[in-house]
Amino acid sequence: MTVKMDIKNLDFYYGNTKALKDININININEVTALIGPSGCGKSTFLKVLNRMNDLIDDTKVEGTVLLDNENIYDKNVSVEELRKRVGMVFQKPNPFTKSIYENIAYAPRKYGIKNKNELDELIKKSLEGAALWNEVKDRLHKSAKNLSGGQQQRMCIARAIAMKPEVILMDEPTSALDPIATAKIEELIEELKKKYTIVIVTHSMQQASRISDRTGFFLMGDLIEVDDTSNLFTAPKDKRTEDYITGRFG
Amino acid sequence: MSLKKRKNADRIFYVMLVLAIIFTLFILVLLFSDIFKKGLSHLNLDFFNSFSSRFPNKSGIRAALLGSLWTVILSVLIATVLGIGTAIYLEEYAPKNKFTSILKVNISNLAGIPSVIYGILGLSIFVRYLNFGRTIISGSLTLALLILPTIIVSSQEALKTVPKEMKEGSYALGATKWQTIKKIVLPYSFPGILTGMILGVSRAFGESAPLVVIGGAASIWFQPKGIFDEFTTLPLQIFNWAARPQAEFQNIAAAGIIVLLVLVVIINLTAILLRNRYQDRM
Repeated sequence: MTVKMDIKNLDFYYGNTKALKDININININEVTALIGPSGCGKSTFLKVLNRMNDLIDDTKVEGTVLLDNENIYDKNVSVEELRKRVGMVFQKPNPFTKSIYENIAYAPRKYGIKNKNELDELIKKSLEGAALWNEVKDRLHKSAKNLSGGQQQRMCIARAIAMKPEVILMDEPTSALDPIATAKIEELIEELKKKYTIVIVTHSMQQASRISDRTGFFLMGDLIEVDDTSNLFTAPKDKRTEDYITGRFG
Repeated sequence: MSLKKRKNADRIFYVMLVLAIIFTLFILVLLFSDIFKKGLSHLNLDFFNSFSSRFPNKSGIRAALLGSLWTVILSVLIATVLGIGTAIYLEEYAPKNKFTSILKVNISNLAGIPSVIYGILGLSIFVRYLNFGRTIISGSLTLALLILPTIIVSSQEALKTVPKEMKEGSYALGATKWQTIKKIVLPYSFPGILTGMILGVSRAFGESAPLVVIGGAASIWFQPKGIFDEFTTLPLQIFNWAARPQAEFQNIAAAGIIVLLVLVVIINLTAILLRNRYQDRM
């Protein structure tokens, strides 16, 4: 199994508070890695470290290395914009821009220099198909994205991320604001997406982690307690704390 | 308090509010009816086409109207560019420290300074020090300074309404800060910024005090052709006419006021319609 991202001895600070303590984990290529744990355990913080969205928060500090294809993304000569193009992100709450569906998805490709109308049209169609949304929106591409349902908005955000042809897609509780049917659609989509992309997903739902992920990491109070194949972690956890959490004793 | 008492208190409060609005409307109607009674008969094509004159019947607002258009358009252009730039810096780039917050508070304070003070500032800097003289450019720059705080503050408020999630969405797609501001933040906050501009235009149109100080002419008999020409504006012309002893001049002052009112209403309406249309599209 090829390692896409390799995180070594990672510490993360908000001001003086250590939010992540000595995290070591591999993210394998074309796999879904799920991160679970109670609220405030650091799983979302960890996700942000992977595409440097934490740069936007004042007074934070990262120590350790985060390798993407053996290159440290915190190196001085790494361009954050280039990194974020390779490592896309889908947020907890769908965050469409107040533009048309078409313009939402064209946002990143335009920036990367695709100007040709046909090429752009084709890319937008492919991206929407990739996010299993094309059939639902093909007749209203130029209508505002705000009129889509929550689940459709979230799939559009996935299409928007796919359109910049990333290698890794980070998902921060992408279904927590959605109803069960929309959730099921996104989960199916994730199964499909992992064939082409490497996926890291933070989730509150252990059922979701066990349904869709290949490997699962369990975070608690800023520590990565255990990371293992999903089937092992949920049936034979090695650590007592993992067992307590997945059996519902706390959290 | 019993229910009956509370209901009575409610009714009394309602009546007080209605009286307040009736009083305000009454004053406004009184003012309008007086102005229209005096001025309406003087409104004709000649009034727009003539310069000011010793004879009330031959006086017109040609120079004043053109002067107003020149100064207002120029000052709003200058103040908008500077104001939006300042607001973007303060909200998006400035470090969050004591200095920035002192700066922000003081910009809001500037909006409360009497306009005559801006006139004195304009007189000493633009007219004298930079030697622009009593020209359109001096007037425009002075008015621009006057409306700048309003535009900065309302642009800041507009920029603050942009959802953080939307900016993060843009950054997560590999956009730089400037790309995010240009493509996401500014379009989103445009209606709010436009509101600030509307306030600025109305203010600039109506001001006379600072222009009196920098020496906008009372009456001129030629049409301004460039920014280094002398000028007068509608409020200045009205002020000048209203100050004359002859009753006839009071009446053409009223006619000037009608023109000023109608213009301000038209400008505000256009801007509001523009803003609403833009908001609907979002």
